[in-house]
Amino acid sequence: MAIDPGIKYLTPINIDTRVKKYCRFRKARIKYVDYKDPDFLIKFVNEQGKILPRRVTGTSAKYQRKVAQAVKRARHLALLPFTTDLLK
Amino acid sequence: MVKHYETVFILTPVLSEEQAKETVKKYKEFLEQNGAQNIYEEFWGLRKLAYPIQKKTTGFYHLFQYETERNDLVSLLELNFRRDERVMRYLTVKLDKYGIEWNEKRKKQQAENKNKEKNKIEL
Repeated sequence: MAIDPGIKYLTPINIDTRVKKYCRFRKARIKYVDYKDPDFLIKFVNEQGKILPRRVTGTSAKYQRKVAQAVKRARHLALLPFTTDLLK
Repeated sequence: MVKHYETVFILTPVLSEEQAKETVKKYKEFLEQNGAQNIYEEFWGLRKLAYPIQKKTTGFYHLFQYETERNDLVSLLELNFRRDERVMRYLTVKLDKYGIEWNEKRKKQQAENKNKEKNKIEL
């Protein structure tokens, strides 16, 4: 193997162990994202109350749009904060 | 065409719980008189707000779900909300078919929870 001598790994990198992300709405067959349920929506925001990107949560594009809409509605009704520290 | 709507609004905590319920009743009557059918309501009580609104940190939440054929009902209702000092925030959403399905489930769950509570008290 012609590995670049500049980089040396102590343990061989495992490429296959990466866990495949999945869309939890598709898996659980949830069709509607409810904005009235802040305890559920909290899974899709970070500690500052920002909406997490799709590449982190693994949500499909269709449901990411719905999640974003629901989070924004929840914020309007003061069920979720627009911004904070240490939400979780 | 009958459309399904859902309205959540927040009343000021300055009111007592009875006053809040009276206000809610007023809006329910308003809906009934203006052609809303199958009204379903939920009073969530005094809840903490995620951030202060009008320098208040709590508020009475109330939920209405209804069907109507009238196109101007929502704008009429919201006009009343805007004129009413007691209403701090409101949100009206048109429900799609999945939303209706979801809310049917939710209603059932709420009814079950109520039954459970009743049974607990009896036990």
